[in-house]
Amino acid sequence: MRILVVEDDKDVGAFVVRGLKEAGHVVELADNGRDGLFLAASEAFDAVILDRMLPGGIDGIRLLETLRGQKNTVPVLILSALADVDERVRGLKAGGDDYLTKPFAFAELLARVEALARRGKGEGPVTKLVVEDLELDLLSRQVKRAGQKVDLQPREFRLLEYLMRHAGQVVTRTMLLEGVWDYHFDPQTNVIDVHVSRLRQKVDKPFPKPLIHTVRNAGYMLRPESA
Amino acid sequence: MRATCCAPRVRNAASLFRRLIESAAGISTRRLLQSAGVRFAVIYAVLLSASAAALALFLWWSTAGLLDRQTEASIQADAQSLAERFAAGQVAALIVTIEERLAQNVEDDAIYLLVDRTGRSLAGNLQHWPQGAVENGAWYELPIERAGARSLAVVEAFTLPGGFRLLIGRDVQVRAQLRTLLTDALLWALLVVLVMATAGALVVRSLFRRALANVSDTAIAIAGGNFTQRVRLTGRGDEFDQLAETINDMLNRMARLMEGVREVSNAIAHDLRTPITRARARLEDAAEHAGSAAELRSAIERAITDLDDIVAVFQALLRIAEIEAGSRRAAFATVDVAPIIADAAELYEAVAEEKGVALLVEGPDHLPSYGDRELIQQAVVNLLDNAVKFSRPGSTVRLSAKAIQHGVEISVADQGPGIPEADRERVTERFFRGETARHTPGSGLGLALVQAVAQLHGGSLRLIDTAPGVTGILTLAGHEELAARA
Repeated sequence: MRILVVEDDKDVGAFVVRGLKEAGHVVELADNGRDGLFLAASEAFDAVILDRMLPGGIDGIRLLETLRGQKNTVPVLILSALADVDERVRGLKAGGDDYLTKPFAFAELLARVEALARRGKGEGPVTKLVVEDLELDLLSRQVKRAGQKVDLQPREFRLLEYLMRHAGQVVTRTMLLEGVWDYHFDPQTNVIDVHVSRLRQKVDKPFPKPLIHTVRNAGYMLRPESA
Repeated sequence: MRATCCAPRVRNAASLFRRLIESAAGISTRRLLQSAGVRFAVIYAVLLSASAAALALFLWWSTAGLLDRQTEASIQADAQSLAERFAAGQVAALIVTIEERLAQNVEDDAIYLLVDRTGRSLAGNLQHWPQGAVENGAWYELPIERAGARSLAVVEAFTLPGGFRLLIGRDVQVRAQLRTLLTDALLWALLVVLVMATAGALVVRSLFRRALANVSDTAIAIAGGNFTQRVRLTGRGDEFDQLAETINDMLNRMARLMEGVREVSNAIAHDLRTPITRARARLEDAAEHAGSAAELRSAIERAITDLDDIVAVFQALLRIAEIEAGSRRAAFATVDVAPIIADAAELYEAVAEEKGVALLVEGPDHLPSYGDRELIQQAVVNLLDNAVKFSRPGSTVRLSAKAIQHGVEISVADQGPGIPEADRERVTERFFRGETARHTPGSGLGLALVQAVAQLHGGSLRLIDTAPGVTGILTLAGHEELAARA
């Protein structure tokens, strides 16, 4: 994927660029708002990682508003040290698709930006999610694995749905808290792990090949064994 | 004799005047007018003078004016009846009537004079026709001479058919004297009022100043660094006392906030130093002693985890500060607490079960409240997190919510080790960790956040010993209650 990084801090910028390249993406880096806006407006990207406080007269919010004013719908992840709820709301209102506060773990950034870029593709409404022999029917709200019905609690169903929608991608605990529970803070106890392990008991345990994998220092990934 | 009696009074007045001049000279006229005290004093003086003047005018109109009008009315009544007599029986009848009237006039204030064409007096009590009274039906106020005495009269002159002229009037000497007396008295009264208005204005100004001085002394003391100073209450419960109470409340709140800031900076200095030291030591140790790349990597990863913990503590601190600042109240809306409780229970049910702890939930299907949904969520989750964390296997955690008067009450009861009496006050302080919590992971910020959320929602957090274990009771004030307090 082609990703534009607009970040004025040299260390953070280089760190993000190197990580994204390692993950197999093509990356452009702009270290000020003016260049960032020029690149974002003139070239096609799958996603933009945007810092808020930028030198060069154009800050992240201005850049984003200008971009959205030109009907540019490229997915934008705002990366900022401004962590107040108000600031977050301002970023999302200006047209941001996701908001990640500094300091951040690279795995979190990568997982979120990949999820965003994928979402940007938009395959239209789906009624059925399929990964290998696992089927999730969004209409009848039924789950089958290898043709056998799997009974899930409503929340487990939503957890599995989220994982399947992001199949092949890393999903962090924070993303699950936000996407499945709508909690925008981290509880102290690691509650997500327990829920995922319960889901595994039902979806993976009775079957020979596990689909839900733990990604060390990052989160989880649902993927076919072969991948 | 006269000089000695009046000298002190004159000197007093002079010194007062000099003081006034001096105080006026001390401040420029502009500043004098800008002073609210002076303005109130001037307003008081002007109002008092105006009302006194209005009163004097009314008094004048209803006494002197009334007498004048009565005189005119009686002259006119006389004229009317004499005109009728003249019409009935010519001059002879008129003469008889005038003489009758003079004879009957007990007060001796009536004046009549009837003269023929040559000016000869036919009847009446005046010697001769006064000069100047020539016009028919006109009013005159003239000096007259009657029975050898000079006096003042109000008269009306009439010209009758056949060249006869008639003068009807009233002696108003007494009334004129009365009027002069009244005018003098009123003028003196006005002067007294002016003096009283000035004195009153000075009193008003000094009262105003004294009331303000109380507040301003406190403000100056606080600006000077003495934060313990408060506005003195007079105990009268008047508006100034109410103002003083409001200001004191504000100062107390500011003091609490400042205390909070001080606590936080102390806490940061003290409690963040430990994990930072640990991370630093790990990195330095790895840099110096790591034997292999794998060892180095694992040391770096552990240091990153340490840093993440520091960041988490930092974020929790900032969040508490953000809540305490109260700015999120602007985003308050109607919130149903029931699904928040259900969601939190659902989130922790799995953890509780894994620990062998039973989690019981009770509450209505709908529980409307007013506030910030995310913060209420977090407060409930923090309480529940604590309860489950400190529960022993086989015990029960009860999460319940109910409507109370003016709000909602959420309670979380566990059967854990409880909180010792001595610690119960302090568990809501930032970074405070009880003896029993030493070996449980946590930052010591969970209950501080719940407390902040409770306060933001006009409620409270109470921790009650319900041996075995402890019950945390979080109350949230309803919309009306919050609005009423604002």
